[in-house]
Parts: sequence; structure tokens; C-alpha cells
Amino acid sequence: MSVISPIRRVNDFVVRFANVNGSGSASANELFARAVLRMGVPVAPRNIFPSNIQGLPTWYEVRVSQAGHLGARGGVDLMVAMNPQTFDKDVASIEPGGYLLYDSTRPMPASRLRHDITTVGVPLTAICNAEYSDPRQRQLFKNIVYVGALSALLDMDMAEIERLIGEQFKGKDKLIQPNVHALQLGRSWVLENVSCPIGLTLARADAVGERIFLEGNAAAALGAVYGGATVCAWYPITPSSSVAEAFTRYCARHRIDPETGLHKYAIVQAEDELASIGMVIGAAWNGARAFTATSGPGISLMQEFIGLAYFAEIPAVIIDVQRAGPSTGMPTRTQQCDLLSCAYASHGDTKHVMVFPENPTESFAFAADAFDLADRLQTPIFVMLDLEIGMNHHLCAPLAWDDSRRYDRGKVMTAEELEAGRDFGRYLDVDGDGIPYRTYPGTHPTKGGFFTRGTSRDRYARYTEEGAPYVDNMQRLLKKFETAKAVLPRPVRRDAQRPAKAGIIYYGSTAPAMDEAIGMIEAEGQHLDMLRVRAFPFHQDVEDFIARHQTLFVVEQNRDGQMRTLLVNECGIDPARLIPILHYDGTPITARFIANAIGAHLDDLKVTPIRKIGA
Amino acid sequence: MTYLAKPKFHHPSLPKNALGYTHRDYEGSISTLCAGCGHDSISAAIIEACFELAIEPHRVAKLSGIGCSSKTPTYFLGHSHGFNSVHGRMPSVLTGANLANRELIYLGVSGDGDSASIGFGQFAHAIRRGVDMVYVVENNGVYGLTKGQFSATADRGTKSKRGVMNNDSPIDMVGIALQLGATFVARSFSGDKAQLVPLIKAAISHRGAAFIDVLSPCIAFNNHAGSTKSFDYVREHNQAVNKLDYLLGRAPIAVDYAPGTLQVVEQHDGSKLVLRKLKDEYDVSDRVAAMNFLARHAAKGQVVTGLLYVDNEPEDLHLHLATVDRSLNSLGDADLCPGAATLEKINASLR
Ligand SMILES: Cc1ncc(C[n+]2csc(CCOP(=O)(O)OP(=O)(O)O)c2C)c(N)n1
Ligand code: SF4
Ligand SMILES: [Mg+2]
Repeated sequence: MSVISPIRRVNDFVVRFANVNGSGSASANELFARAVLRMGVPVAPRNIFPSNIQGLPTWYEVRVSQAGHLGARGGVDLMVAMNPQTFDKDVASIEPGGYLLYDSTRPMPASRLRHDITTVGVPLTAICNAEYSDPRQRQLFKNIVYVGALSALLDMDMAEIERLIGEQFKGKDKLIQPNVHALQLGRSWVLENVSCPIGLTLARADAVGERIFLEGNAAAALGAVYGGATVCAWYPITPSSSVAEAFTRYCARHRIDPETGLHKYAIVQAEDELASIGMVIGAAWNGARAFTATSGPGISLMQEFIGLAYFAEIPAVIIDVQRAGPSTGMPTRTQQCDLLSCAYASHGDTKHVMVFPENPTESFAFAADAFDLADRLQTPIFVMLDLEIGMNHHLCAPLAWDDSRRYDRGKVMTAEELEAGRDFGRYLDVDGDGIPYRTYPGTHPTKGGFFTRGTSRDRYARYTEEGAPYVDNMQRLLKKFETAKAVLPRPVRRDAQRPAKAGIIYYGSTAPAMDEAIGMIEAEGQHLDMLRVRAFPFHQDVEDFIARHQTLFVVEQNRDGQMRTLLVNECGIDPARLIPILHYDGTPITARFIANAIGAHLDDLKVTPIRKIGA
Repeated sequence: MTYLAKPKFHHPSLPKNALGYTHRDYEGSISTLCAGCGHDSISAAIIEACFELAIEPHRVAKLSGIGCSSKTPTYFLGHSHGFNSVHGRMPSVLTGANLANRELIYLGVSGDGDSASIGFGQFAHAIRRGVDMVYVVENNGVYGLTKGQFSATADRGTKSKRGVMNNDSPIDMVGIALQLGATFVARSFSGDKAQLVPLIKAAISHRGAAFIDVLSPCIAFNNHAGSTKSFDYVREHNQAVNKLDYLLGRAPIAVDYAPGTLQVVEQHDGSKLVLRKLKDEYDVSDRVAAMNFLARHAAKGQVVTGLLYVDNEPEDLHLHLATVDRSLNSLGDADLCPGAATLEKINASLR
């Protein structure tokens, strides 16, 4: 047996909580993560959960990183093993030299422990049973007791945790004292019985700054509030439900008329996704800003309607929080796997606009912008989140809003303009950008009314089934797609310090792992330029970036290289030029994975050899 | 060009309504349906009802699904916005449109295939939600547009024109609408304009989910002997429960009927539905009795028509959602955007 010394690290480790779903552990775990943040140390927490409400295993992982690496790291340094069912697997997943904290009320036989880790047994159940008689209290406070234990083991600032509890139960002040008491129970037991701290410690730092801690779904919902959405129609599906739920919450706070108490919004939980997108289309046709939030299975059901919105040129915002397919299987695991089904959603020749936020800050901004884009371009806009962004708290830049900004309602002809005799052709390209004018229903008694249908109409919306007007219209739609490129978020380029022959293209939730990976790659003496794509159709910058590099990697979280397919298809790129780097096991992509995969290719390509990074 | 424009020639002697509009102002382009199709008579009845009610044509939004019936919104109210959506999904589009602007009148036109087959779910849920609308199903028991296959309202035991037997139970749209809480339910016949026009007028003035099932024979595919949706069959088996007069405003009612034979329902806007009873026991305000009555008569092969149920205190989706009185589509930045200062506070709460 090799002798492995315990890991010793300050402000740089991964703690994983293994819990039973429904045991009330989520808020205690979050309390821990927030307390680290309050000490000025960045954290990246992640939920790993099955699609059940109670009884199945669930994990919460907190990556502590003073250096600010917020992508998943892989590996666990400290396991808080609270689920007997997964105990053996959880213990096995600890890095050599790592630590295990478990409930030692019934001590584990040595055979189920490991020699190369440090085990800390705290009799959590016994402590709680001695203190509380109510079984529900015993269960709930057990979670707080282990946070108390951790505070001692990791040398955390107790005052910060207590302050957080105070904030959490503000207004329900009676709950503050009992929670603080439970915290103390765990802390003092550990201080008396274990030599503290262990090798992993937290030290106050100043690395958080102005950043906020927020879930992508909540951020997107807030973006919809700021972007002026008044109609939300949705059908529950993980991982998108919390978008509509957060929208409901924010509207209740910010969208109620103070005089009447009436709502400046309408939220309908539809009977299915066909109905939710139908309602969005009806509302948007009628001049309201409307959106739905869904995930892949919902996108599948919406296909016919999305095509109609494309051809009938109706603004619609669709927030797609992506998860692994299909409808059963891995519904609670993250992936970037809906690009193709959104880009070309529906029958007939269709192409759709997508934006790819990297984190909650951009989820807010892009969701708000999506309503302007939809009105400007008169077409569906897909805001492509994923479970990783949507359902986890991320440390990210504060949300920003410019009060001088005005909603861009696009080209809408008014009653006055119609009255003044302005020519109105619903599908007439008056400005040469492919975008026609529209009118809202009910605008003028005798002018500007038109009948909306998919195609089979001329520039003045008159019925025709002839070929020439059809082609004319289809060409105009292509021109409009071209127009979109200039108004969508531009890609973000990060050039290597010296001229590079290889480049990396990536997008969305891959960003934090990529940021970390490039550091690892550079540490090995390799220099690559990077381009983060933020929208489809692709900006000219994307084609230029590809043209400028000999070797290109496209990093994404799906099996088929969906972004790569779009690049090949839309930019006419030789597929051989784009090397796919694909991660799709349902866990978020890690820096180690990217650095290793790209490193291996660089080896193969006989560019200066690079040795494997990490484990 | 396949567009058929009607000559816009206004004869000076054409009668005008209270707003000064003539019938022509409520018409659309020329119908391309088969000559004699029941659906065209329904379009004519809609034009008549809107003319008589003196509705500003552009205050109506017409929405439909797909089918011969769903094509008809082109043939009436040519100045109104219309939306020919996708097959069976008009109800959701209408619901969304209604949410955006509660001030317009929403007229949903659909077929029995559109609403009872592919769109049965959406039909049911729009009714459940109490969307303020007039929902007309032009019911011919078949898919006209795809050449005569049975729809879900075809009666069991009927034979198609090609001799295929329908063994499936029929869906009675009226029964479903009653069960799901529609606050105005009627059935009529495209061949009975005198009955249909007042029903459409009453439905338009109703502030809730108004459903009208209109039997509308398909000349091309379902008007043969053995069909229960043919002109002859409906005429022979029609059992009207009442005769409706729709009265605008607060004009007194001249009562010249025997006591107990007249039922008057006053609606929220002050309009009155004056019903001359043709079936003594029939009470239009009793939902459960209506369902019972319908079931008993359907079992005898009879087609019950007339105003079947009305709730004179209807609730609608906007009431349930507590939306503001102004239409949502008229709200701008100042109403909707909480602004930078609020966002700063939100940021602060997330640290
Ligand atoms: C998704 C889809 N499936 C099938 C069709 C073909 N289709 C067009 S109309 C129709 C049936 C219409 O029947 P109904 O609503 O009764 O209208 P009618 O023509 O009888 O008035 C069908 C099946 C379609 N347009 N869309
Ligand atoms: S096929 Fe039937 S429903 Fe269609 S237009 Fe002809 S008669 Fe009317
Ligand atoms: Mg039909």
C-alpha cells in the first residue's frame, strides 16, 4: 500500500455532498456554498440529481476556487457522504489523499473505508436524536449540523454563516435561533473530538468582488421581465420549469399595478407544448411580447408551429433549456444537443435565429434582447440555455440595464401612417433588408387588415398559389436571415499571446471550462486562438476566424458535433478542417477533458508534443 | 393570380347599419368552396350578424385552423385581421391573441376534424379556460378538404360516400362544451339562417367562452342517404328547443306569448336574449338539465338545436388572471421595465 499524504490546499478544492433526494439538504448545501462566497472566495456549485422528487440519490458539488475557475473540475477532495445507498461509490470517488465526512452514529467497518483518505466520523443522527424529538426536525437539522461540522473542519468564518441564516429567515425570525443552534451543535462536537482544521481550509480572500450568484433560468426570466414580455405560456419540463416559475415570481414583484393590484402580464400553464407555442404565436401576432420556456422534447412537439411562425413572420421567443435526449432516460443531465432541431425546426425550408449565452449574466441580457430581435426580425428567436447554466447558481457579473434604452418594436405600421396613405404590403420589402412592415389587428377600420397564412400569398398578402411569388417570398426570407447576422450578439475572440495556427470554437456553458483549459494548454507551451460563438446565423467574424486558422477545434457538449455541422452547412467549410471535441455523458464538460482532448490531437498533428495534463 | 377580389361597388341604396356600414363592408373575397357547401351559409350568417350588431369590422380578429371550414374567414370581414393557423391548433393561437388584446372580438372558426379530431385537446382546454371568444365549429362529419374521410363527429353506423362504415362512437361537441364549462352553448344548422344569425349575435355579445356547433353539410362528400350530417337528415331530425330574439340595448320587451313560454336572459352589456320556448321543460340556464336533455334526444337520433345553455354572469380568462384593463399589447417600456435602479437592488440581493 502506497503512503499518500493528505491533500493540503487553501481555497482550492471540491466538496461533494451525497444526499437522499427530498431530505431537505438543498438549502443547507447552498448555505455552505454561499458562506464560502461571503468569505470572498469564488465557488461554482452544481446539482446532480435524478428526475425523482424523493428517495433517490442526489449530489451537490461545490468547487472552491480562489483563482476563479468556475467550470466543473472533476474529482472530489471532500465527500460529505449522507446517503447510505451510494456510500461505497461515493467513497470510491474521493481523490487519493482526500477526505470523507460521514454520519458515524453506526460506525462503518474499516472494509468500507479507504486507507488513502482521511475519514471523519461525526455521529450526526445521534446528536440530532439527543437534541430533537420531532422526526422531521431531526432530519432537517441534521443537514445544518453537518454544515456546522464543516465550518470547523474547514476553518470557516462562523459569523458569515450566522449572518446568512439571519438573512434567509428574515421575517420568520423564530427560525433563526434554532438553526444557529444546530450549526453550533455540529461545530462544537467536531472542535471537541476532531483535530481541526483538516488539510483543506478556507481563508478570507477578496476574489469575489461585485459578482452576483444566480441561476441562469432565473436570470433569463428576469431578462424577459426587463425585455417587456407580457405573455408567457409554458408546459412544465425539467430543466426549464424554473424559468416560468421565476418569471411568475418577478412579475408578482415588479409588474403589478400599484393602484388596482391588477397584473401587467398573463402567464398560462398550457396543456402541452403545442398549445404553449400556439399561445405565444397568437399573442405575438397580436402585438404583445410573448415567450415560452421548454426543453428538447417540447421543441420536438412545437415543430409545426415554429415553421408557421417562420413563414408567417411572427416574433416569438423560445427559451430552450437543453438536456440530454430523449424524453425518458437522462432528463436531468446537461447537454448542448438541440442546436440542429432548433436551427432547422419544422418542415419546408426553414432556418432560425439562436443565441447562446455563456452564463446567467448573458442569459439575462440575451433573453431581454431576444424580444427586440424577435420584433425587429419578425421571426422566432431561440435563447439556448442548458441545464448547467439554467439550474445551477453561477458566480457572474452583475446584471446591467441602461435606462435610456427603448424597446425596439420593429416595423409596425400605425393607424396614422395608414390613414396618411402609406403603402402597406405585409410581405413587401420596402427597405431592402428583407423585413416587411406589419400591422397589429384592430389598427384601422378599412386599411392595413390582412389575412395571415404560411405562404401561398403575394407581397400584399393576397392569396396565390403561383410559383413566382412563392420563390420571391422565400428569397426575401433568406435576405432577412442575412440581415440578422449584423444585429445578433457578435462572437467573442480571445487571441493567443503569439500568432497561432490553431483555433478553438466553443459556445454556451462550455465557456468556464474552456477559460480554464486554455490556461492548462498554454502552460504546456501551446498557443491557440479562441472564438466564442454567441449567435446563429454566424457573423462574418466566424468565417474569418475559420479562414485564418489551419487547424480548428470545435468544442461542444453533444455526440454529433451539432455546431460543427452548422458551420459546415452554413459557411461551406470543408468538414475535414473542423476537429470535433465532444463531451456528452450528461455531466458538464471539464477543463481537464478539453485540455487532454485538444492535447492529444495536437500530439497527433505533430505540432510540438504536449504531455497529458491532470489525471 | 388566383386572388378573387370582389368588385368594390357600393350601391347607394344598400341598407346601412348604425355605423353607416353596408353588408359589403363585412364581406370578404369570393368563396372558392363547392357551390352549395354549408360553410358558405355560415359565412353569410356571420356577415349578417356583424352587420346587424354594427360592429366595426376591424375590431374582430378571425382565427381558424385548417380545412374547408377554416378557409372561410377569407370570405367574410375582409377588413379584419385573420389568421389561418395550423390544423387543430386555432384555440391556442386565439387564446394567445386574446391575452394580448382583450379589447377585440375573437371569432374562431373551425371544422369537426379540426376541433374534434386533431384539435380535440386544444378545443377542450380553450373552453375550460373560459377564453372570451365565439367558437364556431362548421360540422359536416367528414374531412372535406382531404376528400371525405370520417371525422370524430361522424355517428356510429353511418356510411361514407364510398361505402365505408364508421364503427367509432361520435364526439358530441356540444356535450363536451357543456361539460367543460362553456358559458354559452348553442347548436344550429347552416340551412336555418333565421336561427343561426341571432345565435351568432348573442354569442358575440357574450363575455366568455361561447361555443356554436353548426351542422353544415358537405355537398361533395357527406350529403348522401345514410349520412346523419346531410341536409335532408338534419332537416328531418331537427328539434329546436327555442327561438331566440336578440335585443340590443334596454328596449322593453313586447310580451305577447302565453305565460311560461318566454325566457328572458339579460346579459352584462344590457342586451337581452329573448327565448320563445319550443320545448316546455327546457331551461337555458340549467347546465345539467341541458346535458341530460341532449343525451336523451341524441339516443333517439334527434338533432337538438337552439340556445342550449347560457350563463348570464360568465367569467373569463382575463378575470382569472387578474390582468389590467388596458390591453397588454398597448403597454410600453414605462409600464413594463422595472429599470436600472431596481436591477441594482436585485443584484445586491444576489451577493
Ligand atoms: C398536421 C396536419 N395533418 C393533416 C393535414 C391535412 N388536413 C387538412 S384539412 C384536414 C381535415 C379538415 O377537416 P375539417 O376540420 O372537418 O374541415 P372541413 O374541410 O370538413 O371543413 C386534414 C386532415 C394538415 N393540414 N395538417
Ligand atoms: S368539400 Fe365539402 S366541405 Fe369542402 S367545400 Fe366542398 S362541400 Fe364544402
Ligand atoms: Mg369537417
